[in-house]
Amino acid sequence: MSLVARHLEDSGIPTIVVGSALDIIEHVGVPRYLHTDFPLGNPLGTPFDREMQRQHVDMALDLLNEACQANTVCRSPFSWQGDTGWRDDYSRVTDANRAALAAAGEARRAKQIVMKKTNPKQQIPMP
Amino acid sequence: MMSPYDVPYMERTRLYYEAQGYTIPYQWAHHDYTPFSKLTKPLPQLRVGLVTTAMPDTEQGRAERKLYSTPSRPVPDSMFTLGLSWHDTVTHTRDVGSFLPIEALLAIESEGGIGSLAPHFQSVPTAYSQRQTIEEDAPVILSHMKKDEVDVAILVPL
Repeated sequence: MSLVARHLEDSGIPTIVVGSALDIIEHVGVPRYLHTDFPLGNPLGTPFDREMQRQHVDMALDLLNEACQANTVCRSPFSWQGDTGWRDDYSRVTDANRAALAAAGEARRAKQIVMKKTNPKQQIPMP
Repeated sequence: MMSPYDVPYMERTRLYYEAQGYTIPYQWAHHDYTPFSKLTKPLPQLRVGLVTTAMPDTEQGRAERKLYSTPSRPVPDSMFTLGLSWHDTVTHTRDVGSFLPIEALLAIESEGGIGSLAPHFQSVPTAYSQRQTIEEDAPVILSHMKKDEVDVAILVPL
């Protein structure tokens, strides 16, 4: 997504990315970024919390309007109100899931081989 | 309680796929230069385009991850996110407004905060291939946005 933002910006369309993966966005580099510190999946805020979602869109528009240089990053003041352990939980490899992950990898590679044969144009999703 | 910290997604991803038997770590793009374009008009005069990584919740969207250009109206009740990288053990994507701000932007449009929401929004797959994104997907999205006369874009990855 960051690469798309860069392409649009380079073509004269100002952009803002709203997301929750700060390290990835900053590594790639985008013109403007609103970071929302939420579990991946709800970058605009808590599901069904229309007020918070609206405030994030307002913040995005403000940043779009006010940023005056590339790589401008702003952090939302809101935080996830659910389980506090979510940061440790995401894609964590432990002894409990190591064998299952190895098996899933084997299955995924087998599926990718079939995908390449049956539909070579189908894009392989990134990890 | 542990203090909040920024989740190291790149490191987590590397370890996760290493555990799945992938020996070559994914290399995210990295640039020393970032382009920047200034707004040419006030927001109330601009048309806003949207880009999401979620796929349309249609038979085709569920079957094939690729570029889609979808009418912004009516606001979709659902988007297809199965198999995409999001935190499905702690949250859900049943509320489209939590990741695709069509409803919010239509409200802002009606209040005069933006000129208009573009008639279509764009779905882009998170392709493994950076070449695919840079050389094929991004130019197509740009061409859709030019056709829709988009002035500025909001991109919201899941």
